[in-house]
Amino acid sequence: MLLIPCPFCGEREESEFHQGGEAHIERPKNPDKLSDAEWADYLFLRDNKKGLYLERWVHRHGCRRWFNVARDTATNEIKTVYKMGAKPPRGLTKGRAK
Amino acid sequence: MVDPYLRQSPLAHLHLDARAANDADLVGAGLRLSERAHLGMINVRGVAADPAFAPAFKKATGVELPTAANTTAGKADGVHAIWLGPDEWLVITPPGREHALADKLRAATKALHAAVTVTGEARTVIRVAGANARDAIAKGCPLDLHPRVFGPGQCGQTILGRADMLIHQTALDRKSGAPSYDVFVLRSFAEYAWTWLEDAGREYGVQVVAAKG
Ligand SMILES: [Zn+2]
Repeated sequence: MLLIPCPFCGEREESEFHQGGEAHIERPKNPDKLSDAEWADYLFLRDNKKGLYLERWVHRHGCRRWFNVARDTATNEIKTVYKMGAKPPRGLTKGRAK
Repeated sequence: MVDPYLRQSPLAHLHLDARAANDADLVGAGLRLSERAHLGMINVRGVAADPAFAPAFKKATGVELPTAANTTAGKADGVHAIWLGPDEWLVITPPGREHALADKLRAATKALHAAVTVTGEARTVIRVAGANARDAIAKGCPLDLHPRVFGPGQCGQTILGRADMLIHQTALDRKSGAPSYDVFVLRSFAEYAWTWLEDAGREYGVQVVAAKG
């Protein structure tokens, strides 16, 4: 069981949370100008990498707030959490370089 | 607004009053359960960082705004406020007083970025007390209820068995060390939570206590 530090409630058990996929994926500014392949990439394709990953979590059974988590997918170590809208802390490579 | 005579507890079919009368002379039960039916509940959203918000909240409710996470303010048997999030609180009133208080809150926060919503009969409250109250709840709750980290006046939104629960420790008996909790569940989960608690308390003995309202 992971202990996840909700930025609002403090450390809580994983069972109170849900993972919401990769973080920092921006909706393209001009969807009409994208090819089907580019649109599919935005919509469906995620990095799913081994190692440091920036992802969204929601404290579903707690304060119901969304926030970002920097987690190592190989060890499950949570490096840090930060609020929605915030940039990933310095020193953490971006999950997806785009 | 629901006419008061139409109000029915989601646990009415369990006939808790009759069971409480039956259990009245019971001695030594480790778990005492009662329903606090029909408490008034008001969801309040606002900007905690706005210097005008907390005073407006206090002016309307008479209760300090609990801005620290997982804390409450006020008297558990009167008007009190429970922290739900960085910009969200639940105000509890004795039965029937919620609309008048919500009007006062709306008036006090009129010029502010705030929202006041009476949540009606959405939830009910089960008072869980007794020497083994903590042991019973801990069987199905991932929140650390150890007195070192969770004491009177503290609250948390978490899970009880398979249901969402808002838990508020209302008291701690100094002599016996027995805690008392208010467990808030959505009304459709009321029967589940009640029977879950009775089951969890079987090994300690369960006493049904008459509701005080
Ligand atoms: Zn939280």
